[in-house]
Amino acid sequence: MKHLYDVLIVGGGMVGSAIARELSRYQLKIGVLEKNLDVCYETSGRNSAVVHGGFAYDEGTLKARLCVEGNQMMGDLAEELDFPFLRCGKVLVGNTEEDMATLKRTLIQGEKNGSRGLEIIDEDRLHELVPAAVGKFAMYSPNSGILDPFQYTIALAENAHENGVEYYFDHQVTGIAREEDGTYRISTIQGDFQCRWVVNAAGLGCGKISDMLGIRGYKIIGSKGDYIILDKRTGPLLPMPVYPVPSNTYMGIHVTNTIDGNVTVGPNADMVDDFEYYGALQKNIDYLAESASRIWPHINRADYIRNYSGILPKWVDDNGTIQDFKIEIRDDLAPHAITLVGIESPGLTAAVPIARYAINLMKEREELKENPDFNPRRKGIVRFAEQSKEEQARLIKENPDYGEVICRCEKVTRAEILEAIHNPLGVSTMVGVKYRTRSMMGRCQGGYCQMRLEQMIEEELGKKETEVLYARQGSQVIMGKVREEE
Amino acid sequence: MEKRDVIIVGGGPAGLAAAVELHNKGITDILILEREKHLGGILRQCIHDGFGLTRFRTTLSGPEYAQRFIDEVVEKKIPYRTDTTVLEVSPDKVVTVASREGLVQYQARAVILTMGCRERTRGALAIPGERPTGVFTAGVAQAYMNLYNRMPAKEVVILGSGDIGMIMARRLTLEGAHVQAVFEIQPIPSGLPRNIEQCLNDYNIPLYLSHTVTDVHGGSRLTGVTISRVDEHLRPIPGTEKEYACDTLILSVGLIPENELSLDAGVKLDNRTKGAIVDEHFQTNVEGIFVAGNVLHVHDLVDFVSMEAERLADSAAEYIKHGSLPECPVEIVTDGNIGHTIPQKISGSQDVTLSMRVRSLIKNCRIVVKQNGEEIASKKMKKALPAEMIQIPVKAEKINGTQKLEVSVEC
Repeated sequence: MKHLYDVLIVGGGMVGSAIARELSRYQLKIGVLEKNLDVCYETSGRNSAVVHGGFAYDEGTLKARLCVEGNQMMGDLAEELDFPFLRCGKVLVGNTEEDMATLKRTLIQGEKNGSRGLEIIDEDRLHELVPAAVGKFAMYSPNSGILDPFQYTIALAENAHENGVEYYFDHQVTGIAREEDGTYRISTIQGDFQCRWVVNAAGLGCGKISDMLGIRGYKIIGSKGDYIILDKRTGPLLPMPVYPVPSNTYMGIHVTNTIDGNVTVGPNADMVDDFEYYGALQKNIDYLAESASRIWPHINRADYIRNYSGILPKWVDDNGTIQDFKIEIRDDLAPHAITLVGIESPGLTAAVPIARYAINLMKEREELKENPDFNPRRKGIVRFAEQSKEEQARLIKENPDYGEVICRCEKVTRAEILEAIHNPLGVSTMVGVKYRTRSMMGRCQGGYCQMRLEQMIEEELGKKETEVLYARQGSQVIMGKVREEE
Repeated sequence: MEKRDVIIVGGGPAGLAAAVELHNKGITDILILEREKHLGGILRQCIHDGFGLTRFRTTLSGPEYAQRFIDEVVEKKIPYRTDTTVLEVSPDKVVTVASREGLVQYQARAVILTMGCRERTRGALAIPGERPTGVFTAGVAQAYMNLYNRMPAKEVVILGSGDIGMIMARRLTLEGAHVQAVFEIQPIPSGLPRNIEQCLNDYNIPLYLSHTVTDVHGGSRLTGVTISRVDEHLRPIPGTEKEYACDTLILSVGLIPENELSLDAGVKLDNRTKGAIVDEHFQTNVEGIFVAGNVLHVHDLVDFVSMEAERLADSAAEYIKHGSLPECPVEIVTDGNIGHTIPQKISGSQDVTLSMRVRSLIKNCRIVVKQNGEEIASKKMKKALPAEMIQIPVKAEKINGTQKLEVSVEC
């Protein structure tokens, strides 16, 4: 049994890590139990990466309130935690009278929610903003934006870790029991943990963890969406995300510029109950391109570089109606346990406000002492490719490893990869390096650099070739040596 | 800023051949830039034989073939830098490079782009299904095995009958992996007949035409693939799905010229080849920027890459000596049976060799080059395969004026 924690957080995604980071402002012993080998393998790393304006949610909901809060603070947060964020704006394009009515309703709802600067614009103005967008008019949300979901989650987690939070990867929770002394014993596949407070930030697993806590009855369904990633050559054609007119519960298939200059197309929304399956169907991939081409006609197969899928955990009632975020402490059933249910979109935008909301519930029940050593700042890995020539020259002079380009498409250098391999959280997978540096994310998809990455992980971490994992448990890349070396 | 007459981007077969030939023509102020530790390019991992039959009239392995040129580069003391990545080539021929020694810029009078090509990936094909590890392009598997001593596979299915895929079928088999089959979506193989014979038939590895992968299974390492037959429009036929348990899927589904640096330099590409549009001097639309080898168009044999680069070097040498090259106003157009030609434009004042491929299998035909309706060159073909590059010499004396040349297939 590991020692007694004040708080154990189940789930190290962006919400779990935001809670960890916000809790590390106080004098608490905190641990995060994460079933995967890194912090952004599920919903946190599989989404549109859009920072929402907050207009799409019913007035008075937590989704609306926390989204608007999260949107407003994102610039400062990005500066503090050194992750890339761009307030590029976003348009919802329409063509019919019905579309116009919906957009007007959305605008009014947005204004009530506190989303600032929304306006209905005509076709000319739309084409000033996004020359390639197709629509007769649009709603423009100037405060919407995009970020790098991997770096965002990693930044939250690393900052939490720097402030004392311990991360346990490959620690799937198998059971939770409340002891007589009021502490919780959390069993994982790697042994038991003890804590005074439990936070259920398990994302897709929130229903299971609630059940383990004795809070039964939350029905979680998955909304699974596929995406296509387009080559960076398409990036200049899309200065901000272009969405269709939304329905009540679904934002529709959109095109999104990524912070690194690619474009993503998606997602569809298939209701699923298998939360482990991330396969994409051919018909969905075809449908995405066909559907999104109506609002942005630059989707060509020659520009496809990858596709991916993500699943949003949605809390539904008995009628299948999607509910608001649920963040609660059930003193009757599980005191000292904070449960977060149905944290789907806009969870990315709202992660830190969600964390603060959850912590306030805790503060109502226990006095928290400020941690005088808390450091809100975190430094990310300097990206060679994003520097000026002068700065690149300076970096190489200071550290020759910056002169060795390992990933040709994204121009990632040995220095960056070494820093990623020796990341503060101790993540050792190839995808861990990919998420931290963009190596293998370019158009050749690791055709040039993956052998080098694999070799560097072996060398730097003293692993055998058969021990290097791609992403998940069991994802061995190499079966052995061709010949035994003499 | 350091100045050079010629900068060569890429020390693979095209770059090496260009360097040696430039030197032969008296141009010695050259610098070859290579991002890898060694010269030789992709040939370093091609340890099978069959290289050099045309160029050297003997069969060599890839490294042996490359070594012949590397030896000449060393003997002639042609300057080269390895472990050096070109970050940018500007339209005015400033080349920015990074290496452990620092960030350096060169002003070149001429730039020769010989970056080769990259492999088409699973993502580019948008193959449906899960995304486990164990899905490799053939070249990646080849690099793991031949350069890194790492065995990436045990139970293998191969998609695509490209040459590297078939060569890897044999290589994997020889190293103890079990290759179940090669599946090709087209009704004809995309690789060379000799590779079907020597790499598949000799090892009893079946080749199924008109089949493709329609699903990929496994959340961690690959556990299997679903294979379906396809109809004449290459659409999977429902009901023909068959499951293959395997830990590895090797993709040999095409090569794409690696033109990111060319585009930054302002070079215009041909949509059909994905390589630059060049004239008979292998000069692009940007004066003084030349292109040859697989970055221009994907070749079947390295011998032709070397020979093309040598022709380029002859022109580049003239360019350095005279500051310009003759205009190339004669355009070349093709019919539907021929995808494209290299070059796309000629001067009409000197003999040229046109390189091309047919788009589908054609038997007992003639490939004809006409100007003003008059035949000026032709080649008889018993069997023309898309896998093979066809070369037709055209004599300058036959060309009249600047009217376009038309290349077509006659049966």
